[in-house]
Amino acid sequence: MGSIQLQHVNKSFGTHAVIPDASLEIKDGEFVVFVGPSGCGKSTLLRLIAGLEDTTSGQILLDGQDMTAAAPAKRQLAMVFQSYALYPHMTVAQNIGFPLKMAGMDKAAIDAKVKEAAGVLNLTSYLDRRPRNLSGGQRQRVAIGRAIVREPKAFLFDEPLSNLDAALRVNMRLEISELHHQLKTTMVYVTHDQVEAMTMADRIVVLNAGNIEQFGTPMELYRTPANRFVAGFIGSPKMNFVDGAEAAKHGAFAIGVRPEHMAVNKDSGLWRGTVGVAEHLGSDTFLHVNVDGLGLMTVRAEGEKQLHHGDVVWLTPDPSRIYRFDKDGQALAAA
Amino acid sequence: MARAATTQRKIVVTTAAWIVGLLIFFPILWTILTSFKTEGDAIAFPPSLFPPHWTLENYFEVQSRSDYFRHFVNSVVISIGSTVLALLIAVPAAWAMAFSPTPKTRDIMMWMLSTKMMPAVGVLVPIYLIFRTLGLLDNVWGLMVILMLMNLPIVVWMLYTYFKEIPVDILEAARMDGATLGKELVYVLVPMAVPGIASTMLLNVILAWNEAFWTLNLTAARAAPLTAFIASYSSPEGLFWAKLSAASTLAIAPILVLGWISQKQLVRGLTFGAVK
Repeated sequence: MGSIQLQHVNKSFGTHAVIPDASLEIKDGEFVVFVGPSGCGKSTLLRLIAGLEDTTSGQILLDGQDMTAAAPAKRQLAMVFQSYALYPHMTVAQNIGFPLKMAGMDKAAIDAKVKEAAGVLNLTSYLDRRPRNLSGGQRQRVAIGRAIVREPKAFLFDEPLSNLDAALRVNMRLEISELHHQLKTTMVYVTHDQVEAMTMADRIVVLNAGNIEQFGTPMELYRTPANRFVAGFIGSPKMNFVDGAEAAKHGAFAIGVRPEHMAVNKDSGLWRGTVGVAEHLGSDTFLHVNVDGLGLMTVRAEGEKQLHHGDVVWLTPDPSRIYRFDKDGQALAAA
Repeated sequence: MARAATTQRKIVVTTAAWIVGLLIFFPILWTILTSFKTEGDAIAFPPSLFPPHWTLENYFEVQSRSDYFRHFVNSVVISIGSTVLALLIAVPAAWAMAFSPTPKTRDIMMWMLSTKMMPAVGVLVPIYLIFRTLGLLDNVWGLMVILMLMNLPIVVWMLYTYFKEIPVDILEAARMDGATLGKELVYVLVPMAVPGIASTMLLNVILAWNEAFWTLNLTAARAAPLTAFIASYSSPEGLFWAKLSAASTLAIAPILVLGWISQKQLVRGLTFGAVK
């Protein structure tokens, strides 16, 4: 079991509230991703759950038990750090076996568990090496190995892939998702990368300035963002926003249209514009269009659409996919 | 052209380094050479660098007149004992300052260091009286404690500098892995800081070995270390330069050898953190 509940958690440094008031319920076995821009408090929230930071007020329950004041060691959670945080003076086997040694397990049992974990993570032939002799990906796997051997109630990941190169990151992303399917243990994962969030999460918590903006499945956040911040943060490339008279036509302070919800036509349409930059990716083409009177917009066109800098195009948003926001940025119900 | 300039520079720098090194080492060299002279040669004017008549007589006489070995054992016990005591206090203190600092940590550290700026003689009388009351005069335990206290600020500072280099993530990982505070120190922090702790130990042993003010003032015979052994050769009847040199050579030899063997480690320790 590994359910995590936050009840009105507040974390302040002096008078500055990093997390003003967070309440959250993570179900047993769920893969939850905390996502948000740098400095939004997502790592702090994770560290509060881990017990590495003390809460200023509020409660943290693990499996219904109040653990707010418990030491990290008592919470039965495992954490994988951004810097891997391996013990440099220990071999891979000693690193993976360390939590078991701390738990007072006998040597033979530790060896068996370490071998099993190393097998799962393809580390068997590296057991006698020290961390400095491993590549980034291998180090990350050792860090994960150290987390899985002790069979924790939940895994906490603090931006575990941000030190890896792009190709390796995609691989490790798949490996972590695969691990979640195998272990079925609760995982809480912090990232600033919304692609990681969308692809890995069962549910996503979007954070901004310490506040939980929305908590839902990736598709809920994509289809029905609660506010302008979530709408802009989820989805790649970003949603286009228009305010003023054009928004007023839809009875809103601002409207938003995703790049993939606009049709591009050379002859006719709703908004006229000129192509600034055309990014041809093969499968898709992203056009950055200067729309007359509305500003710069990004549009996703078919991959092989041959449009170039300076071409005049007409954009037509899908009326059923126009998001409306009030002046506080809160989403309005569909018109 | 550039290559010539570099070579020239190298020669100048190397020559300067040798001159400075020899200047620093000269008193020690002079002492060692004098210890092999006869008393007559030692005070002859003009003096000669090398002994005109080499002799080991001074060493035999020093050994027969006073018990070198007993003083040597006292020096070893006092310097190592005070170092171990200092580490037992300084490791947790430096841990707290490096990983769990408060807004006042910096002030406390400066205050600790400032105690080193006070002349020791300023507290001699109160400490002498305290030692007399506690029966610690001429006692190795008393000396261990006083030398530990004298060197503690430096030990804490050095360890703090080392500990600051250790990523806090690793200690947090240990906490997540179920390590208690004690286990975190024993299994993670100390093994990672071994080079730093070793050079701190070494420096403290050298400082304690060479310490003369407190060892001369708080000991008489039983607990007297090698510093007192040397001082006993300056008597009201006059100075016996050759014997005094032999005693000094015997006193500094162990620490000189230790310093020589571990000089790399020591230099690394003292310049640690200066260059990232």
